[in-house]
Amino acid sequence: MREIIAKLPLGHAHISHGTVTLAELALPRLTSVAPFVGQDKAVAKALKSMGLTFPNSNSVSQSKGEGALIWTGRNQAFLLAADPTPLQGLAALTDQSDGWCGLTLTGAGATDVLLRLVPVDLRLSALPAGACIRTGLSHMNLILWRNAPEAFTLLVFRSMARTAWHEVEEAMRAVAARAAC
Amino acid sequence: MSTRLAKGGRLIDRSAATEFTFNGRRMRGYQGDTLASALLANDQMLVGRSFKYHRPRGIVAAGPEEPNALVNLGSGARLEPNQRATMTELFDGLEAASQNHWPSLEYDVGVINNTLARFLPGGFYYKTFIHPRAFWKHVFEPVIRQSAGLGKAPKDRDADRYEQAYAHCDVLVIGGGIAGLEAALQAAKAKKRVILLEQTPHWGGRAPVDHGTDVGPLVAQLSAMDNVTMRLRTTGAGVYDHGYVLADERIADHTPGDGRPRQRLWRIRAGQIIAATGAIERPLSFAGNDIPGVMLASAVRDYVVNYATSPGDRTVIVTNNDDAYRTALALHAAGLHVAAVLDVRAAVTGDLPAQVRAAGIRVEAGRAIAKVKGSKRVTGVQVCLQAGEGAVLEEIACDAVAMSGGWSPVVHLYSHCGGKLMWDVGCAMFRPDPAKPPVNHDGSAMVACVGAANGDGIGAGEAPMEAAWVTPQGAGIKLRTKMWLDYQNDVKVSDVQLAAREGYESVEHTKRYTTLGMATDQGKLSNINGLAVLSQALNEDIPQVGTTTFRPPYTPVTLGALAGEARGDIFQPLRRTPMHDAHEAAGAYFEPVGLWRRPYTFPREGESHADSVAREVINTRTNVGLLDASTLGKIIVKGPDAGRFLDMLYTGVMSTLPVGKCRYGLMCNEQGFLSDDGVVARISEDTFLCHTTSGGADRIHGWMEDWLQCEWWDWQVYTANVTEQYAQVAVVGPKARQLLETLGGMDVSRETLPFMQWADGTLGGFPVRVYRISFSGELSYEIAVPASHGAAFWAACMAAGESLGVMPYGTEALHVMRAEKGFIMIGDETDGTVIPQDLGLSWAISKKKEDYLGKRGQMRNHLASPDRWRLVGLETLDGSVIPDGSYAVAPGTNANGQRNTEGRVTSTYYSPTLKRGIAMGLIHKGPERMGETVEFNTVTGGTVKARIVDPVFYDKEGAQQNV
Amino acid sequence: MLTLECPYCGVMAEETELSPGYEAHLKRFGPGSSDAEFEAYMFARKNPKGVHFERWRHAYGCGKWFLAARCTATLEVFGTYPAQVSAPPPEIIAKIKARRPGWEFK
Repeated sequence: MREIIAKLPLGHAHISHGTVTLAELALPRLTSVAPFVGQDKAVAKALKSMGLTFPNSNSVSQSKGEGALIWTGRNQAFLLAADPTPLQGLAALTDQSDGWCGLTLTGAGATDVLLRLVPVDLRLSALPAGACIRTGLSHMNLILWRNAPEAFTLLVFRSMARTAWHEVEEAMRAVAARAAC
Repeated sequence: MSTRLAKGGRLIDRSAATEFTFNGRRMRGYQGDTLASALLANDQMLVGRSFKYHRPRGIVAAGPEEPNALVNLGSGARLEPNQRATMTELFDGLEAASQNHWPSLEYDVGVINNTLARFLPGGFYYKTFIHPRAFWKHVFEPVIRQSAGLGKAPKDRDADRYEQAYAHCDVLVIGGGIAGLEAALQAAKAKKRVILLEQTPHWGGRAPVDHGTDVGPLVAQLSAMDNVTMRLRTTGAGVYDHGYVLADERIADHTPGDGRPRQRLWRIRAGQIIAATGAIERPLSFAGNDIPGVMLASAVRDYVVNYATSPGDRTVIVTNNDDAYRTALALHAAGLHVAAVLDVRAAVTGDLPAQVRAAGIRVEAGRAIAKVKGSKRVTGVQVCLQAGEGAVLEEIACDAVAMSGGWSPVVHLYSHCGGKLMWDVGCAMFRPDPAKPPVNHDGSAMVACVGAANGDGIGAGEAPMEAAWVTPQGAGIKLRTKMWLDYQNDVKVSDVQLAAREGYESVEHTKRYTTLGMATDQGKLSNINGLAVLSQALNEDIPQVGTTTFRPPYTPVTLGALAGEARGDIFQPLRRTPMHDAHEAAGAYFEPVGLWRRPYTFPREGESHADSVAREVINTRTNVGLLDASTLGKIIVKGPDAGRFLDMLYTGVMSTLPVGKCRYGLMCNEQGFLSDDGVVARISEDTFLCHTTSGGADRIHGWMEDWLQCEWWDWQVYTANVTEQYAQVAVVGPKARQLLETLGGMDVSRETLPFMQWADGTLGGFPVRVYRISFSGELSYEIAVPASHGAAFWAACMAAGESLGVMPYGTEALHVMRAEKGFIMIGDETDGTVIPQDLGLSWAISKKKEDYLGKRGQMRNHLASPDRWRLVGLETLDGSVIPDGSYAVAPGTNANGQRNTEGRVTSTYYSPTLKRGIAMGLIHKGPERMGETVEFNTVTGGTVKARIVDPVFYDKEGAQQNV
Repeated sequence: MLTLECPYCGVMAEETELSPGYEAHLKRFGPGSSDAEFEAYMFARKNPKGVHFERWRHAYGCGKWFLAARCTATLEVFGTYPAQVSAPPPEIIAKIKARRPGWEFK
C-alpha cells in the first residue's frame, strides 16, 4: 500500500507583514460533538476521563495535553486533537477534520487586522483571551478563538481557505502600511 | 477681486508654499489651505457652471454644504468628479478642473439655456419631453444624456485601495466643535468608551472664528484619556438601526500615493450617538443671489480668519439677523472695506450691530437687495426697501456680497433613523424634537443632538432675527425669476411658486417636480428656503407643509470606500474544491456555481467549448470520464428520530431504506413546490447522509434546522453539514469498473456493489466510500474521500485510467448527459412554481404517507389540476437546438395583446450522442400529447417546430447504468 | 442594521450574521386541513406595524433558529428566546405590555 499524505488546504503557508504573522495550522483531528438527550452526565464523565469539560458558551475547555473542546453552539462543540472514542454512543460524533482550514494570526497588531474583518467587539473586555466566538469573516463562516491578547486561531471552511487567506493578508498589508507612514 | 491678505490666517502655514493647477493653470497656495481658499487667493471666483442654465457659479460656502465649487480632482486612475473644493485639502501637485461647461469655463455654449430660461420652468422635464413619443428615443434622451451629470466619470481602474473596519463604543460623538468636545469629555469622565469624529482636519468648529475660542487645552485633555479615540477627517455619514453608524475617514486624500489606504469606512456600533453637527447658514433670496461673489456671511469670515483670504475688496452684507455682523467686524479687523450692512429688519437694536456702527460701518435698517449687478462677478448691488416691491433707492458698488438668512441646525443624523423635528418660530428653523428621538434596540433614545445641532445657542444673546423668505417682500415676477434657491440645479423662487400653483402641495412632490434639493448637496442650503416659499404660496404654516426626508449619507461617500477590499479576487468568497489546482493545470474553463468554481469543460488546444463538451460526452459514454462532484451538498442526519424526520422532509419514504442502500429523494417546500433533490444513503441504523444540489447545502441545512427547532423540537435528530469534509469523484462510463479495479482494494463488482448501494473500503490505498449512483445513465461510481486526499485521489484515478482513455469532464457534459437521460435539474426544470408531479416524478412520491412537507400544498386545486404544463421531451423536426428560454406559442393573443403560450423549454442542448438538438420542456398537458408538434419562438424571430416525445432520449431501459 | 442577542450563544449578533425567517409561533396545517386553514397558515402571515414575533437564524454563528419579539415600526427589541415554545414566554409578554400599554397577544 502506498503512503498517503494528507494535503493541507493551503500547503502550509505562512506570511508576515509588519509585526503580524499569518500561518496555516496543520489542523489535528476535529470531531463535532452533540450530546444526545439525557446523556449530559455521561458525557461529562467521559470528558472528565479525557481531561475536558463541556464548555460554556463562547469558551474553550483545554486538557493538559493537546486536546481542546471548542464551544460552537448550544449543545454542540468541536473536539480538537483528542480521540472521541470515550464519547461514542453518548453524543452525535461527526468527523470534520478535513472540512476546515486552521489559521493562526499572531503578533502586535493582530487585533487591528481582525477589526477590519469581523463585526464582533474585539476589546479584551468583550472577548478575553481564551474565549471563542462564531461569526462571519466577509461572508464566510468563522470560528474565532482568542489564544492571547494578540494571538488568534481562525477556523474557516476548507473550500474558502484561499479567499480567507487573501482577505486577512490584505488587512495585514493595510495595518502595516499605516504603521509605516 | 479676491486675494490673499498680507497677514493672518490661523490654519495656513505661510512657510509651506504649495503648487497646484486649476484648468491647467498653475496656482500657488499654502499648506493648510482648502482648494476653495487657495482658488480665492488666486482670484478664481468663477469655479463652475450650473446644471440647467449653465450660469456662472462661484464659491458660496466654506464647508460641506457647498453647492457650486465642485471640481474634477486628479487625473487618470485618480480622477474623481464632484469633489467639493471647500472640503479638499490642498497638497502639492493637486490637479483640479471645473465641471459642466463646454468648451470652456469662461465661454460656455450651454449658457444659451439661460436665455431660454422662460421655456425651462419647474417641471420642464415632465412637460417638455412627453410628445411626440418617437422623439423620446431619438431626440430628447440623447440630448438629456449629453447634458446630464456634472463631472466626468473616471475611466481607469482606481489606483487607490480602500479599507473598512469595525469599531465598538459606548458613546459616539459626531462633530468636533466645542459642543462635541465638551460632550466627549463629559462621557469620558463618566468612564465611557468614547469615539469622537470630526469631518474637517481641525478641532473646534466655528468657535475659534466666531468667538476666538482656543480649544487646544480641551483637545489635549481628551487626547490624554485612554478611553477616548479621536479621529479627524472622518465624517459620520449615516445613522442606521440600533446604533450602527457608517463613518468615512479620509486617510490619504491629501497625501495621494503614500502607500496608505486612501479612505477607510468605519462601521461603528455605538451604545449612544451624540450629534454635535452644528448648523448651516441659509442664503437669502434676492435677485442675482447666484452671481459669483455672493457668499454666505459665515463663509466670508471663515476665509478671512482661517485662511487670510478676502473674497472681495468691498463687501456689502445683507442679513435678517445679528450674527452676520460678526462678518462685518472680521472684515473690518482685517482692514477690508465693508460698504454697507443692509438689514431687512425694520429696527436694528442688537449689541453686535452697535459694535459695527461704532466701527464706522454704514448700517441700513429695513433695506434689502433689489438686484445684484454683474454676470461672472459681482459689480454692485441695487438697494431697495424690504417692505416694498423693489424700487431702487441707490446703487452701491462692491465686488462681494455676504448674506445671512439665519441658521439651520444639522439634524440629518437625528432624522436618518426616524427622529422627528419641530419648528422653532423664533429662529425660523427645524430642531430635534426631544420627545420623538430615533430609538435603540432597548427602546432608549439612540441619538441626542447637542450644541447648534440642537438649536442651542443660535441667536442667543442677540436681537431676534426676522424670517424674510423673499427680499424684497413684494418682489414681482421679474425679480423672483432671478432668485435662486438651489444653485446647482437652478431652482428659483418662481419655480417653487409655479409648482404650488400647479397643485403640488406635498413638499416631497414639489421636490421631485422642481428638483429642489436633489443636487449633490442634497439641499443643505436650499431646503428650508424652498419649503418656506412653498408654504407661503400654499398659505400654510411651515410645520404643516413639513420637510423632506433626510437620508444617509450626510455627504457623498466614494464608491471605493463602500466597496472596501471587496474587489477583484476577494469580491466575494470563492470556493475551491480540493482538486481545483489540478483542473487549472488541465486548462479547465470554470463557471460559477453559487460561490463555487466548477470546471465547465476542459478544452484542448484548438477546441471550441462545443467541441470539447462533445468529446467529453462521447468519451464518457464509450470509455470513462471523471467528474469533480465535491461541490454536492452532504448533510449528516443522525439520531433515533432521523428516519421519521426524513420521511417528513422528502416526498418518498426514507425510514425503510436498508443500511447500505441509496434512494433518490425530492424535497418540497410547504407550498408543494419542488425545492431540492439528491440521493440519500443510509449509513447506519440511526445515520443518513443526504446529498443536496451544489448550491443547496446551506439552504437545506438551514431548512432542516428550522423544522427541528421550531416545529419538531422534541424529536431527537442531529444534523451536520459535511460538504467540506469530503472530496467526491464520479467515475463514469463503461470502463469505470475497470478503472477502479486497476486502483484495487475493494470489490466493486455488480454482485457485491449493485446499482443504488454504497460501501466503505479502500481504493489505491485511499479510505473511500463508494456510491453506485448515476446521473449520466452510464455505469457510475461516486467516490468520497476525505478532502485532504482529494487532489491525490483525483491524480490516482487519472493515472489508473490512462490506458482506458480516461478524460475529465465538466459541468456542461454532465448537463448534456443528464438531459439525454431525461433527468431533471433543480433550477432548470424547476423555478419555484413546479411540483414533482409536473415533472413525471410521481414515482418518487409516497402514496402511503399521511404527511410530508408540501403534501397539503400539492392538494390545492390549482396544483392538482390536470390542466398544468408538464414535462416532456422535445425533438426539433430539423434537428436544430431550440434556443434557451423559448416559449411554445399557441394561437390567439391574451388580454394584453401578447401571443398566447402553451409551454416553455427548460433544458435544451445539442446531443453529441444522438447528433441532434434535444430538449425538455413543460407543455400544456404534455404527456397526453405524445407525437404532436409544437412551435417555439426564437430570439431572431420566427419559430422552430418540435415533436413532443418521451424525455428519456438515451437508453430508455437503463441497460447502461445497471451493469 | 439591527442587532439581536442569540439566546443560545448569548452574543449580540448583527444583521449580517443573521438570516431572517418568517412569523414565529405558526401552527402548521398539513393534510386533512381545510382550504381556509391552509390558506391562513401558508399565506395569511402577519405583517403588523408594531409588535411582531419572528424567526431568526444565527447563520454565521451557531446556526440555530431563535425567536425575537420586536416593534417593526421603531425596531425596539423586547427580547429573544429559544424557538422551542408554542407561545411567547410570560416575561417577554410582560415586557411588551410595559412598553406598549394596551397591547394584547393575539
